[in-house]
Amino acid sequence: MSEQLSTGWSWFVILITLLNIVACLWLIAWASIRRDDEPAETETTGHVWDNDLAEYNQPMPFWWLGLFVVTIVFSLMYLVAYPGLGNFDGLFNWTQERQHETQINQAEHRFERKFAEYHEMDIPALAQEPDAVDIGRKVYQTWCTGCHGSDARGAKGYPNLADNDWLWGGEPEQILASISNGRAGMMPPWQAVLGDKGVAAVVDFMQDPHAGTAAVEQGKALFEQNCTACHGADGTGNTMLGAPNLMDDIWLYGGDEASLTSSIANGRQQGRMPAHRDLIGADKLRLLTAYIYSLSH
Amino acid sequence: MAGNETPAAAAVNYNDRVVLQFTIMTLVWAVVGMGVGVFIAAELIWPGLSMNLPWLSYGRLRPLHTNAVIFAFGGSALIGTSYWVVQRTCQTRLVFDKLAAFTFWGWQAVIVGAAISLPLGYTQAKEYAELEWPLDLLIALVWVSYAVVFFGTIMRRKTPHIYVANWFYGSFILTVAILHIVNSAAIPVSLTKSYSAYGGAVDAMVQWWYGHNAVGFFLTAGFLGMMYYFIPKQVGKPIYSYRLSIVHFWALISIYMWAGPHHLHYTALPDWVQSLGMVFSLILLAPSWGGMINGIMTLSGAWHKLRTDPIIKFLIVSLSFYGMSTFEGPMMSIKTVNALSHYTDWTIGHVHSGALGWVGMITMGSLYVLIPRLVNRESMYSTRLIEIHFWLTTLGVVLYIAAMWVAGVMQGLMWRATDENGILVYSFIESLNATYPFYAVRLAGGVLYLTGILVMVYNSYKTLMGAPAIDLPQPDQPPAPNASTAEVQT
Repeated sequence: MSEQLSTGWSWFVILITLLNIVACLWLIAWASIRRDDEPAETETTGHVWDNDLAEYNQPMPFWWLGLFVVTIVFSLMYLVAYPGLGNFDGLFNWTQERQHETQINQAEHRFERKFAEYHEMDIPALAQEPDAVDIGRKVYQTWCTGCHGSDARGAKGYPNLADNDWLWGGEPEQILASISNGRAGMMPPWQAVLGDKGVAAVVDFMQDPHAGTAAVEQGKALFEQNCTACHGADGTGNTMLGAPNLMDDIWLYGGDEASLTSSIANGRQQGRMPAHRDLIGADKLRLLTAYIYSLSH
Repeated sequence: MAGNETPAAAAVNYNDRVVLQFTIMTLVWAVVGMGVGVFIAAELIWPGLSMNLPWLSYGRLRPLHTNAVIFAFGGSALIGTSYWVVQRTCQTRLVFDKLAAFTFWGWQAVIVGAAISLPLGYTQAKEYAELEWPLDLLIALVWVSYAVVFFGTIMRRKTPHIYVANWFYGSFILTVAILHIVNSAAIPVSLTKSYSAYGGAVDAMVQWWYGHNAVGFFLTAGFLGMMYYFIPKQVGKPIYSYRLSIVHFWALISIYMWAGPHHLHYTALPDWVQSLGMVFSLILLAPSWGGMINGIMTLSGAWHKLRTDPIIKFLIVSLSFYGMSTFEGPMMSIKTVNALSHYTDWTIGHVHSGALGWVGMITMGSLYVLIPRLVNRESMYSTRLIEIHFWLTTLGVVLYIAAMWVAGVMQGLMWRATDENGILVYSFIESLNATYPFYAVRLAGGVLYLTGILVMVYNSYKTLMGAPAIDLPQPDQPPAPNASTAEVQT
């Protein structure tokens, strides 16, 4: 147990806890005794404040005392059974970590067989299986909607998963790898290399590669010098690096002039897909992959 | 030596100016705090209401709402009524006029500071203790001054015994001072930024030790002090049981201190701390109910007044909501229940049955007793308007808390629902979608409650300005023995 108290503190906790509970019991007992010099139940205590404020001294309602004692007895039993009194673990030996582990193990054991029938099927086959896709959809709703949206169409900076355009490849194993291990794409900033005019020229080239104007031709030359290592000689990208295809009309960070200028000048460093292998588990990962695969197939 | 403890000496020259000031500001802050509450309730339905202005965003206005209702409305009501009560029940003028005036102006300055700094985004990010360190220092200064005035007056009392209301007010003042100073300990790095003196799970524990005792001592013990004066005053009968007062007072204040960890079930807090938080919350049920029994049973023999006097309706129904929330609280502190209720709107419903039902209604009832007395009048400008206010309030609270209960249980069930394959059935956004209708009902409840407050403000304005009463309370006569049966037959 990582959260052991020192013996002194442990005894301090035990004593002060029991002292407070015992004090309550003593208080009830002490106040329940009717003393000879007390006024009768129908008389006030004799003190008067502000002309007319007085007090009867009725006995405490029996049901209320009963309620008080029942909560105390229950609490003492609870403190015997569960951790509470300092370092004493309680007779049930319960901890919240153990409760969590037990529930996880039970669930895994219970649902293991459910997934066994899917083990032999490859992902394209699973994507044809309505039950499997439905499970994958629910897993998606739990884990993925926060970034990719409940319709899987993404948002600025978060790829659309429902089209058939893939930063890191759309083969089943590539999708599975993206979800399992995560992905980290990195577009470096080019302002220092290209300068304002160079960035503007590349933006012009991006927006209309075949315009034939001087600026576009200059942009094309700069592109060929600086960008083809990642985005490919024809600008259609490279799924090994997660480098986007720049020749289609799909833009992760926006295709307007301002967005393109920012992407090229400042780069895009925040593109992080976190690894989900340990969070979701192997069986469900395959079903999730099948669901995502099914969106574009 | 039994006998009247009120000396028949010459009338004391009470300091009622500061009471009047706090009373007026209680009404002002009620409108502000609850108005902001209604606005953010509407924002949850129509997020566009923030108009993309950061200082109108839900995240910044929500702490403004809680601070304005608890500390501005509730605080002004508590300090104001405690000054009235301690003078009357000690038969002596408040000590140190200038210090008392400082507590008024200082407290209002804190609130204005909150109303500016919270929307601007300055926060310590501790719930109910969001204000940054310069305002925290001012709070500490005002609070210690308040304690000096209150206990100084108690020490100069002309009555041999200390009235029960003052026990509760006194414990509230002392404990809140300790809670505030310990929890707000921080290291400033600039005028507007500081870091908590505690770290990690210890910081969380200190925060919820503060947070739950703010409920226990600010919102419970303080308002019980109000209850112990204004209920017997308005009903005109003695408190039900002195020995019950003693038992529930000492049990309440000692047990409440332990209950905070129930806000941190199933977290990094060690198991033994969580368990202690839970069992002491359970033991807290009976001591909490002691106050309800003492208040409601004070009415025994005068139940008919509940039909004719809307002020007594306020006072007694507030105790019913008090009883409900102090039953609900211990139940929600049980780990298995908490696993369902935690992080859902059930918690919001629970808090508001306490805040709108108990704190709000006991304050309104008490102010309706107090306001005419502050200007030496027999009654409020209109008893009929009190009646209308009562029904607006009751309906508003019921709509609000019922909506949040249903929404909370639904959210808890949706979040944990799994299908036959062990997969979670709903995404978070689906539970949010399902909550919209309840947000609308909650907003309706809030609007009714706020409307009631506006009725009260109008009625109070007319009373304080000396407008002649347009209707009077019904004469206090027990109904004829067969009156109720006759009514049933018709």
